[in-house]
Amino acid sequence: MVFGTAGGPVPALGDVTLDVARGEFAALIGPSGCGKSTLLRLIADVLQPTGGTIEVRGGPPMRARLAREFGFVFQHAGLLPWRDALANVSLPLEVGAWGRRHVSPHRPDALLELVGLKGFAHAFPRQLSGGMQQRVSIARALVTGPSILLMDEPFGALDEITRDHLNQELLRIWAATGTTIIFVTHSIPEAVYLSNRVFVFAPRPGRVTEEVRIDLPSPRDPAVKDTPEFGRYTAALRRALAASE
Amino acid sequence: MIATAAARGVTTGGAVPAGPARRPGGAVLLRRLLLPLLVIALLIAAWDVAIRVLAIPAYVIPAPAAVGQALVKERARLLENAVPTILESLGGFALGNLVAIAGAIAFVHNKTLERALYPVAVAVRTLPIVAIAPIFVLMLGNSYAPKIAIAALITFFPTLVNMVEGLESADPQALELMHVLSASKTETFRYVRWPSSLPYLFSAMRIASTSSVLGALVAEWIGTNKGLGYLIVLTTYDFRTALLYAAMVVTSAIALAFFFLVSVLEWLLVRWER
Repeated sequence: MVFGTAGGPVPALGDVTLDVARGEFAALIGPSGCGKSTLLRLIADVLQPTGGTIEVRGGPPMRARLAREFGFVFQHAGLLPWRDALANVSLPLEVGAWGRRHVSPHRPDALLELVGLKGFAHAFPRQLSGGMQQRVSIARALVTGPSILLMDEPFGALDEITRDHLNQELLRIWAATGTTIIFVTHSIPEAVYLSNRVFVFAPRPGRVTEEVRIDLPSPRDPAVKDTPEFGRYTAALRRALAASE
Repeated sequence: MIATAAARGVTTGGAVPAGPARRPGGAVLLRRLLLPLLVIALLIAAWDVAIRVLAIPAYVIPAPAAVGQALVKERARLLENAVPTILESLGGFALGNLVAIAGAIAFVHNKTLERALYPVAVAVRTLPIVAIAPIFVLMLGNSYAPKIAIAALITFFPTLVNMVEGLESADPQALELMHVLSASKTETFRYVRWPSSLPYLFSAMRIASTSSVLGALVAEWIGTNKGLGYLIVLTTYDFRTALLYAAMVVTSAIALAFFFLVSVLEWLLVRWER
C-alpha cells in the first residue's frame, strides 16, 4: 500500500500477513502512523491496495462490503446529528443495495438494549455522552448481523473509566454475537484484556513484527488485570513495541 | 511582548466561563425584544427633540409624528406599492436561492465545473447592482422580470458560497460510513451532505431575505411606476419627505418579516442544532 503525498509516494504498508480466524478477537497495536488504520480500511474496501491480496471470508473486500460481511466502528462515533439514536442504528438498513434487499436479523431497538441504551432510542447524539455515542455506533455496526466487526480505536477518545466500562460491554457483546473482531488500539492493557491474539505493528513501512497469543481465562474478568500473567503479557508487548521502533 | 501575552491570557480566561448560550424561553424572548424596542423608542424621541431644537424644516427631515400620520393616511397607497415589491422580492429570493443551490450541488459533484464557473460567479458578484439594474430593464422590459432578476442576482452569491461550504462540511467519518454501507451517490447526498448543509443554507437565506428586498427596491428606481422603490424616488423629488420616510418604514418592515419567516423555518427544520 503506497500513499501519494506532496513529498512523493510514501509506503504506508509493507508486507503484512495476518490471518484472523472466525470468532476470534484480534487486536492490532502500534505507534501512530504505523498503518494499522490503513490496514483496517483496506479490509473494509475503503482503500484499495497498490499490491498484494486481501481476502475477507474467502473473497475480495469489495464483495464482502457489498454483502455487508463486516460492520465498521470509527474512532469518533460518526453519528448523524439529525437522527435520533434509533434512526442512527437503523441507517445501514435504509441505504445501499443490501439494505433494500435484506431483512435485518436484529431489531434496532433490541440492539440498543444490547449495548445498554434502553430508553435512549429517541435521544439525539448531542444529548448523549461520548461513551453513549460510541455504544450507538457499535449497535449501528451490528444491525446488519455482520460476521466481522472492524473497530478503529473505538474507545481512544474516551476517558479511562468509560473505556474500562465499554471494554467489559464489548466482551459481553462479542460473546453474545459470536462476531469476529479486529480491533485497532494504542493501549497495551486494552489489547491484552480484550483479545485472543495481538499483532504488533512497526512503522515506515507498516508491518507486523510480532504476534502474541493471549491465553488468559475466558470470559475475562477485570480482576485478571491484577494477575502476574496479565503483567507478563503487557511487559512482553511493551518490549515488542520498543523493539519495533 | 509580555503585555500582549498577558492580555491574551485575560481575554481567553474571561471568555471560557461564559459557556454555551442559554435557550430563549418565553420570558427571555420578551426581555430580548423589550430592550431593542426601548432603544428604538429612545431614538425616535431623540429625533423628535433634535428637529425641534435645531429647527430643521419638514422637507429635510419630517417629525416622527408626521411619518406616523403619513403611514396611516397614505396606507392604501403604501399597500398598493408594497404588493409589487413583495412579489418581486419573493420571486427573486426563490429564483436566486434555487439556482444557487443547484449550482452548489453541481459544483460539489463536479470539480472541473466548480473550477470553471466559481471565478465567474465571483466576477459577476463584483459588478455594481445599481449599474446592472438599467441593463436588465433594457433587456427584460418593464414587467416584473427585471426586478425579479436583480433580486435573484443579489441573493444568488451568498447562498452559492455558503451552500458549497455546507455540502463540503459533511463529517468525513460519516462519508466513510456511507462508503462502507455501499450507499449510492444519491443516498450519500440525501442522508449526509444535504442535512449537513442546512445550517449553512439558512444563514445564507437570512442574509438573502433582506437583500432580496433591497434588490427589488433598486430595480424599481427606473422604468416603472409602481413599487416602494418607485414611491421612494418619486417622493424624494417631490420633497414629500413624510411619505418617503413612511415608504422606508414599510420597506424595512417587509424585510424584517422575511427575515423572521426564514428564522422560523430554520427553527422548524434545523432542530438538531438547538
